[in-house]
Amino acid sequence: MPQDAKPVRIALLGAPNCGKSSLFNALTGGRAKVANYPGVTVEYAKGFMVSAKGRKIELLDLPGVYGDCGHSADERVTIDAVRGNLDGEAAPDGIMVVMDASHIRTHLHNVLQAKNYGLPMVVVLNMMDMAARDGVEIDLVELEQELGVPVIACVAVRTAGREAITNFLTEWAEDISAKYVKIPKPVGDDLKSIQHTARAISTRTVITPHARDTSERFDDLFLHPVLGVVILAAIMFVMFQAVYAWSGPAMGLIEAGVGQFGALVGSVLADGWLKALLVDGIIAGVGAVIVFLPQILILFAFILALEASGYLARAAFLVDTLMAKVGLNGRAFIPLLSSFACAIPGIMASRTIENERDRLTTIMIAPLMTCSARWPIYFLLVGAFIPKTSVGIFNLQGLVMSWLVLAGIVFALLASFVFKRTLTKGATPPLLMELPSYKLPSLKIYLLGLWQRAVIFLNRAGRIILPASIIIWFLSTYPNNDGNVRSSFAGMIGRAIEPVLAPIGFNLEMSIALIPAMAAREVAVSTLAIVYNVADSDALGVAVAAGWSIPMGLSFLVWFIFAPSCLATLAITRRETNSWKWPIIMFVYLFVLSYVASGIVFWAAQAFGL
Amino acid sequence: MTLADLALQTRARISGFNAKTSAIETRLREIGFAEGDVVEILHVGLFGKSPLNIRLHDCASIAMRPSEAAMILVETTGVE
Repeated sequence: MPQDAKPVRIALLGAPNCGKSSLFNALTGGRAKVANYPGVTVEYAKGFMVSAKGRKIELLDLPGVYGDCGHSADERVTIDAVRGNLDGEAAPDGIMVVMDASHIRTHLHNVLQAKNYGLPMVVVLNMMDMAARDGVEIDLVELEQELGVPVIACVAVRTAGREAITNFLTEWAEDISAKYVKIPKPVGDDLKSIQHTARAISTRTVITPHARDTSERFDDLFLHPVLGVVILAAIMFVMFQAVYAWSGPAMGLIEAGVGQFGALVGSVLADGWLKALLVDGIIAGVGAVIVFLPQILILFAFILALEASGYLARAAFLVDTLMAKVGLNGRAFIPLLSSFACAIPGIMASRTIENERDRLTTIMIAPLMTCSARWPIYFLLVGAFIPKTSVGIFNLQGLVMSWLVLAGIVFALLASFVFKRTLTKGATPPLLMELPSYKLPSLKIYLLGLWQRAVIFLNRAGRIILPASIIIWFLSTYPNNDGNVRSSFAGMIGRAIEPVLAPIGFNLEMSIALIPAMAAREVAVSTLAIVYNVADSDALGVAVAAGWSIPMGLSFLVWFIFAPSCLATLAITRRETNSWKWPIIMFVYLFVLSYVASGIVFWAAQAFGL
Repeated sequence: MTLADLALQTRARISGFNAKTSAIETRLREIGFAEGDVVEILHVGLFGKSPLNIRLHDCASIAMRPSEAAMILVETTGVE
């Protein structure tokens, strides 16, 4: 077969969290997001591999499904993809059904149902190592006979564990249509009788020990009604404390680097607009944000570990009662959690929620989760206005950070409570969520995930903050170039909106910073660095602390708990809801919340004489 | 009795479903519940006996609320 022949297209089908994306990444070198909870993948992804015989194979990674009904938007993508109903995509040439080897009994009906698609099919039993650990015994030969399709055992995350698959795919790709592959007989669509058949097969081929497995013993601790909640709170506190306690040296290093680089550029260039643009605009603007890279990485080191270990689903379990009280779907927890990285993947992850109204509620409150773009603002202002004292064993700055994040969550719950009684009225939706087994994350995948977060953060610095810094420098320098922001273009814009914001304590510089923050929140920090004309974030902290009263600082800080969503969030909301109505409501309600909350904090702080 | 009435850490066998709609029954079946399967409530939340962590046939852990568990009929006789 020539290399340039049409690739063989194979779809990965299987229950949520059975390891499709891990297998996809391992086979194609792809970078699909993987984590240990159901519903990580909500869109299909394509990747290529070349077989040992030089044939090109296209793999299709699909959102997990428990059956063939397509209850939610993400599940419908999968069903459409294997049926060839996806826009611009032909049906695949074959299906690789992936199954968690520990869950054969409960997921086998899914494999049987896949026979109905009328495509060549192979079954991959993934995570064989975990099944062996828990004492599950599988008769592979018998299982293959019973299913009438090839069955391959594998460990997707290990090269040796994938060998059988790559060998099989090599043979399959040579001639998927004819002699080698037989299309399985359809099994009908009565789920009850399919389940009955599936149970009979698994009884004959799989022995599962009655004894509690390791995960269940861990859950005795982590899902303990009292201890479990205490542990969850402790993890959150340690996370925020660590962000402060461990980031100092690395931040100092970046800060010194940025400062020296600025000084170097300043010393080789002659005074003039170019030097001012580079030093006061670009280096100050971008430098003010990238200095927070260590803190972002520490934060994600925790989040990724929680995701990969399987603990997050337990956290969802522990907070479920609270979620139910405000009318939220138990599954809403996962999209909301993704929103701590950024509201955009969070809003997309809400596709896993079946009920349209519940999905809308989740989308509307997602921006209240503290996205990582807001951290630099919190770090700057907490550093400038909250003293570095200790409260008991806690660092006060770390405590305030956790309060800010907590405030976002509390207001999200309140907002949901209101939405569910007004615009998205409806009964409290059911909770039905599989708790994944605990896993020790693979170090390589963990570090890769962390690396990706660093790349995303620095990429934003290059693509958004850099051009924004140039524009802001220009606007805050000209037309007069007299060092007075008030008479610049930015000053004119700022003065136009200052009257609206003055009642809640915002001065001209703060008002100016709000506008570019619409493009990306962290640009507010760059903007302040430029309008205050400082070289590094230490100096920025000092300038801000000197220029603003404490009530002003707190007011600005509180603004960003709600911070009317950035344009990208509004755009994704428009796309995911397919209407202008919801992004407009989102913007207005968040604006009102930020204004009122900042105002209350400002007036209260003044009244207390801060 | 239903799964919601089952005492903590008592094994029972699923005898049928009593779901409000066929869509919910499909959901329950798809995630892995079927007649004849052995279930057990392993953990419950702090408030109002909700949510429940159900151990399904020695292999899966499934979180649900009592309102969903009440749609699954169980019997405790003859389960070792």
